[in-house]
Amino acid sequence: MTETAGFWLPVVWALLAATAIFLYVCLDGFDLGIGILFLKEKDHDHRNLMVNTVAPVWDGNETWMIFGGAALYGVFPVAYGTILPALYLPILFMLLALILRGVSFEFRFKSESPMSQFFWDISFCGGSIVAAFMQGIILGTLVQGIKVENNVFVGSSFDWFSPFSLFCGLAVVIGYALLGATWLLWRCEGELHDTMRRISFTLAGLMLVTIALVSVWTPMLHATYMQHWLDMPQLALVAPVPVAVVVLAATLFLGLRNPRSHLLPFIATLGLFFLCFSGLGINVWPYIVPPTITIWQASSPPESQTFLLVGTMFLLPLILSYTAYSYYVFRGKMSAEHHYH
Amino acid sequence: MFGLSALFLARFQFAFTVGFHIVFPAFSIGLAAYLAVLEGLWLKTGRSAYLDLFKYWLKVFSVVFGMGVVSGLVMSYEFGTNWSAFSQKAGPILGPMLAYEVMTAFFLEAGFLGVMMFGLNRVGKGLHFAATCMVSIGTLISMSWILSSNSWMQTPRGYRIDEATGRFLPVDWWQIVFNPSFPYRIVHMGLAAFLCVAFIVAGVAGWHLLKARREGRQASEQVRLMFSMAMWMAAIVSPIQVLAGDTQGLNTLEYQPAKIAALEGDWESESRAPEILFGIPDMENETTHYKISIPYMGSLILTHSLNGKVPGLKDFPKEDRAYSPLLFFSFRIMVALGMLMVLVGLWSLYLRWKGKLYDTPLLHRIALFMSPAGFLALLCGWITTEVGRQPFTVYGLLRTSDSVSPIALPSIATSMIAFIVVYFIVFMGGITILLRTFAEEPHPGEHGPAEDQPQRAAGTTQVSHQPPSSPTAGAGMAE
Repeated sequence: MTETAGFWLPVVWALLAATAIFLYVCLDGFDLGIGILFLKEKDHDHRNLMVNTVAPVWDGNETWMIFGGAALYGVFPVAYGTILPALYLPILFMLLALILRGVSFEFRFKSESPMSQFFWDISFCGGSIVAAFMQGIILGTLVQGIKVENNVFVGSSFDWFSPFSLFCGLAVVIGYALLGATWLLWRCEGELHDTMRRISFTLAGLMLVTIALVSVWTPMLHATYMQHWLDMPQLALVAPVPVAVVVLAATLFLGLRNPRSHLLPFIATLGLFFLCFSGLGINVWPYIVPPTITIWQASSPPESQTFLLVGTMFLLPLILSYTAYSYYVFRGKMSAEHHYH
Repeated sequence: MFGLSALFLARFQFAFTVGFHIVFPAFSIGLAAYLAVLEGLWLKTGRSAYLDLFKYWLKVFSVVFGMGVVSGLVMSYEFGTNWSAFSQKAGPILGPMLAYEVMTAFFLEAGFLGVMMFGLNRVGKGLHFAATCMVSIGTLISMSWILSSNSWMQTPRGYRIDEATGRFLPVDWWQIVFNPSFPYRIVHMGLAAFLCVAFIVAGVAGWHLLKARREGRQASEQVRLMFSMAMWMAAIVSPIQVLAGDTQGLNTLEYQPAKIAALEGDWESESRAPEILFGIPDMENETTHYKISIPYMGSLILTHSLNGKVPGLKDFPKEDRAYSPLLFFSFRIMVALGMLMVLVGLWSLYLRWKGKLYDTPLLHRIALFMSPAGFLALLCGWITTEVGRQPFTVYGLLRTSDSVSPIALPSIATSMIAFIVVYFIVFMGGITILLRTFAEEPHPGEHGPAEDQPQRAAGTTQVSHQPPSSPTAGAGMAE
């Protein structure tokens, strides 16, 4: 009995953790993307409008990241205790960037002098870019593998600094920018909408190129990764992924070309994110700290996992429902004439 | 030498970030409750001044809450980056509690924050009030979980230690969550959060009362109302807080006598012990210099009896002692501030009885100077309890030196500098905005964040969004 609990609990938790991380990537992805798009959109009123589309919900979006940290700590303490020291600098710089960017939400509206407004705009944009880039580096480093002996990180401070992880950083910045742009073309009208539609074309093209490169690069990192894509039983499972990417990419471009389609590009982009995410998941499975620690080795005892799972089964649906409610309250197009009234 | 420095920096960094963070949740806990009370009173009485104050403090809340979220985000990862050995060993117990905190509290707060901030005209009064209450309840739930985890580190219960890995494994969750110091700590901390906000509100009101007096006019109804509410809090809650602190002291004496010895600067265990008012504890020579003490008071305060036995630091091995010089002073500053708050509260009662609450500039000036008193006391109390736990992370069981991550000194030093720079910028930015908000007098027809939106989106032109004057506005404002 405990044998099976010991096997299934970590599997269930791995799926739950993956869901939480994916939700984080989607939700904070588009609001980080809005910060990245400040690079392209200089108009002050437009910038305010962009930020206002996420102002009521961004705290909640960021909470998924806190949840990820806490769940990892409670359910996979060995992963928490090895990944974080290994990625010490990227994680801390990501957190600092998220701080600067998070406070800019309020500060840029409340600052009066053009100088300080300019400063908080820069920190909003810069913070978003650095946070996204660091998240990509963290992902890339993890996929590439972390040196661990006896559950202790034994690599050096700069193991994360590699071509693959830096490229992943770039890919995430592009991906988030696309999420942000398609979110805005859904939520905004007029000139801003048109600008975002235009930018989305370029970003979508760039994103597809990065997806292709990462997809080819990843299996070459480890023999076990490659096997997932070569051995027969697994192959049947993973083969649909590249096909689905092509289908979704086509949908995305069709949506962008059709002026009457507003929501479709955003949905298609989310779909692409989901595929990339599950593609990476398939590669690393069943390791949580590749290439040595599996989800079972990283787990806390069943007593801890059960204790948390019982509450999660009730709380997660509840959280999802009131999060959805909050989005519902602030639904609809935003424009200079249409505010929270 | 270098190993020691990395440990010291890891501790310093954690203390710095958590010390920065703790201010904002405390502010949010107190302020969310205050907002819920204001909105509730507005709905019940229909008095528009309550709504004005609600909107005024809501602007403050939006800044404070955002800073709490982002600085808290750091904490949820810093356990792993700085204390990976601790995380692996205590993770099975503390991790689930932290995850429950996120699920039961953080999502609740963040989920309803948007509605609370921007939704008054979108969802209707009743639903909006419900959202405000949800945010407030969220802050209280969050406080409960995090203090339960913290208390478990002070008074661990309900665990067993796995021999192979040295990990703490949960045996009885009930005992873990409701460990012996938790009930005392949560009362003490909750009241502290309320007092923090009471004195901030009093300080802002005091400033506007003084300003109005200087300009030879009556302060607005809103200002007087919030001053009155804050003084009620000071008068009622500060004395209760002294009692709560006293019971927590008794609890600490029972479970962590070494902490008591360190914060009292006592070296010899004795009955009829004096209370040292001032002195400089010396860890090397095992004595406290320049003592000024009151006979018998030490035993009386700590044990509630003249003959009670009070522990001394020499009862404990040298390597198990917390750093007394710091604790001695942090504890005394906290107590002194607490006493001052009680005095302010009592004086306000007297002035209120005499009908002079709004006409005593000295009280207003004191309230202004004491506006950060709650936060200072909170930080001192936090230093006392956390430094008093040293040299352990899990009291008596896991040493701090065995908890640290294998991080190289240069990495920690780099990130430390980055933290200080970023926090400095953020803190200065936040303080500037808060002070600017406070500088404006709350007035009839106050507009909150919701009505600010069009100004933001419309950009350059400043639009006035004063609704038509309510009946009470601008009139004589008799209370």
